[in-house]
Amino acid sequence: MALLEIVNLSVTFGGLRALCGFDFTLDAGDLAALIGPNGAGKTTAFNVVTGVYHPTAGDVRLQGRSIVGRKPFRINRLGIARTFQNIRLFAGLTVLDNVLVGFNRSPGAGFLGTVIGTPRHAREELVHQSAAMTLLETFGLDQRADDRAGALPYGDQRRLEIARALATRPRILLLDEPAAGMNPQEKVELMELIHLIQRRFGVGIWLIEHDMHLVMSIAQRITVLDHGEVIAVGAPAEIQCNPKVIEAYLGEPLTTSG
Amino acid sequence: MQLLVQQVINGLSIGAVYALIALGYTMVYGVLRLINFAHGDVYMVGAVIAFFLATWFQRLGLPVWVNLSLVFLGAAMGCAALGFIIERFAYRPLRNRPRLVSLITAIGVSLFLENLFQQKMVFGARPRQFPPLIETRTAISFHVGHSPVAVNITNLDVINFVLVIALMIVLSWVVLRTRTGLALRAVSYRFDTAALMGINTDRIIAFTFMLGSALAAVAGVIDAMRYQVDPLMGLVAGLKAFVAAVIGGIGSIPGAVLGGLLMGLIESLLRGVILPSDYSGYADGAAFLALILILLFRPSGILGKYAPEKV
Amino acid sequence: MGNADADHPVRAGRLPSWVINLFLIVLVAIAWPLSRLFDSQIDPYFLDLIIRIGIAIILAVSLNLINGITGQFSLGHAGFMAMGAYTCGVIAKHHAITGGASVPFFLGVTLLSGVVGALAGLLIGIPTLRLRGDYLAIATLGFGEIIYVVLTKIRSIGGCEVGGAAGLHDIPTFTNFFWVFAWGMICIVFIWRLVYSAKGKAFYAIREDEIAAAAMGVDTTFYKVTAFVIGAFFAGVAGALAATWSGNLAPGSFRFMRSVEIVVMVVLGGSGSITGSILAAAVLTWLPEQLRAVEQWRMVIYSLLLIVMMLVRPEGLLGRRELWWTRRRAIPRATATVAPP
Repeated sequence: MALLEIVNLSVTFGGLRALCGFDFTLDAGDLAALIGPNGAGKTTAFNVVTGVYHPTAGDVRLQGRSIVGRKPFRINRLGIARTFQNIRLFAGLTVLDNVLVGFNRSPGAGFLGTVIGTPRHAREELVHQSAAMTLLETFGLDQRADDRAGALPYGDQRRLEIARALATRPRILLLDEPAAGMNPQEKVELMELIHLIQRRFGVGIWLIEHDMHLVMSIAQRITVLDHGEVIAVGAPAEIQCNPKVIEAYLGEPLTTSG
Repeated sequence: MQLLVQQVINGLSIGAVYALIALGYTMVYGVLRLINFAHGDVYMVGAVIAFFLATWFQRLGLPVWVNLSLVFLGAAMGCAALGFIIERFAYRPLRNRPRLVSLITAIGVSLFLENLFQQKMVFGARPRQFPPLIETRTAISFHVGHSPVAVNITNLDVINFVLVIALMIVLSWVVLRTRTGLALRAVSYRFDTAALMGINTDRIIAFTFMLGSALAAVAGVIDAMRYQVDPLMGLVAGLKAFVAAVIGGIGSIPGAVLGGLLMGLIESLLRGVILPSDYSGYADGAAFLALILILLFRPSGILGKYAPEKV
Repeated sequence: MGNADADHPVRAGRLPSWVINLFLIVLVAIAWPLSRLFDSQIDPYFLDLIIRIGIAIILAVSLNLINGITGQFSLGHAGFMAMGAYTCGVIAKHHAITGGASVPFFLGVTLLSGVVGALAGLLIGIPTLRLRGDYLAIATLGFGEIIYVVLTKIRSIGGCEVGGAAGLHDIPTFTNFFWVFAWGMICIVFIWRLVYSAKGKAFYAIREDEIAAAAMGVDTTFYKVTAFVIGAFFAGVAGALAATWSGNLAPGSFRFMRSVEIVVMVVLGGSGSITGSILAAAVLTWLPEQLRAVEQWRMVIYSLLLIVMMLVRPEGLLGRRELWWTRRRAIPRATATVAPP
């Protein structure tokens, strides 16, 4: 049984078929990519998996149990975390607080304990803060813990969004265009970071990305979407020479130059 | 039956005035996404200007229709100027700030106008009777079925209906057939893109405020003649007209008219027909209950569009 | 940039919380004899101002939790206040005939008033699940107006006088400096500790980006309703205090304008800043008193000041910061360092 299993998923907006008969599986430790031209339905797939949209047909299963119809926060608590295409940090909060939000579901002293200020609550606060700092350190953001998240440079914001997602201890991490807007140097660092996350946190990673160089060099498996339908699935080398894929990208040859 | 017909006519008459005020709310919301809380007070200022003009004209001994037109025209122009000033000095400097800031400022402007006009040297805190420019009398009277009591339509109602219908026609012509109207629709569709297309958004917004304020002034004059002039009259009328705009779908011009008429109808039917007379005072509350229910089940109102946030 | 803009650099306090708790209890205990002293020694006019400031602080801080911190724009706070005020006023007046005043009785009634407010908050919190921004503001405004209309129509409930449009008068006056101080303390400490805890970050997260908060596992429904319930509870308590201070209740004093006054306190103090709300509540209660010299013009001046303030400093007195903050304590890990300022 796969960790994440998407079966025959279809999404329709009004008359528009955004996704049609989509199948996909992801296991712990996997690193899969979802590519396709703009408007192909990639983000829609993410939105359905995370409960933002409801599918018209089909099923999404996490460890064999359907998660369709559950609220986004429930799905997160079941172990799926994500980042957003247009960064959605809590811009007015500090970098540390952004990560701390991820700890909100951990069992704890409760409202009353918090308000009275029990020793247990105080201990817990420190545990959360040190865990959050450790996470920030992994992402090289610990020096900026007290800065406002909205004031970070773009690349740092993208990384903070990933750190924040990991704070919820997911088993599956969905990255929506993590390299968008990054310079070549940042992209190289991002690739290393993704590998690190895969190793250290043991999560299954599924990412949407337009940078072919990045996708080809890190993904183990690639799914190509076009007009809501899967046109190809396979290893990077197979995808690169798949005529359908080349056609979908308007005949542009897929080079690895990015 | 007679009662029902009479209340429908009364409701439409009240509703037509709500519609005039609601138009200002909806147009401003359309271009700026701002709830202009001061709009109800612009309506009040319209009534006050009319009060002073009518008092003055009465002494000149001009024909009634000349007096009447000058009063309406003067109030409309005065309020257009007021709308321009409010937009220019209170809202424009805050255009790129969070909407909450503009909302608070709008509340501040509303408070300012209410309190300024309560001053003795401006108007005074007590309501005053409008000078009798025309004598209220029954213009049309007819019987429904075999009822012995007649349904009455006053000359004020007639003026009200004629004026509102005429203004609606003018407004639709302006919005649908003129370049300014096209620009207004563009700005309200997408502010930034409209600016990029070379539309002078500042001018369009100022125009929207002036137009909306002039319509509110006309509503103010009608109500001033019908009831009386009160520096706080804008509070309740403004709130109800705003509710009307929301019910119709805020941002939608036909919606504001529909919402206004509906609001007037609901109120007058609740008061006169549906609720027993002991409970007729609850009619005001019912309007707000309707508002909450509509917001919950159809937040876009009857004719509006509601766009959920894109992820 | 950096710290100055950041939302809350205040972390776990330097002192253990039991020390702070003890200090607060001592402070409240001192307020008891102090209150007796005030009743007899202080100019009643001045005492009235202090009590009204205290009530305004409770209202502003509790609304800040809903509006400023959780970002749910509510224009119905006076409605919650009215629920509490009438609960307390009606019971106290009825009780005055049948029994005498006592401390446990008054504590019970204020608590009950808070609970009634909280129930109203629960009721109004539910629409927030579907509405946001302007739409929510309008719905809460409608709620406040409904309460007003209903209050003007009810003469009595089960033999207890409610007053209707004429208002409820001759309510026994239990409230003194001690009660306002104690409830004010509880309100501030409760909300402060709640929102500055790790879990409390969820309130801010909802304000910043609701969709992202949900994606981070924050039960946005729960937190939004919680904010409304807690905020409405303290508004109800404030209403109870106000009712048993002045001894008179008029439905008209809980209309839309009252809600606006409280919103203005929150915004002027800086949305999200608790100390800002406290400061603004004090200033905005005190200021109109100072304008009594120009009595008839004071509301005109007040509204002009409001407009000018919004034009000059729209983020409020303190923005999102608190009046003071301590630097975050170094996290007890060898590897985790604190950024140099």
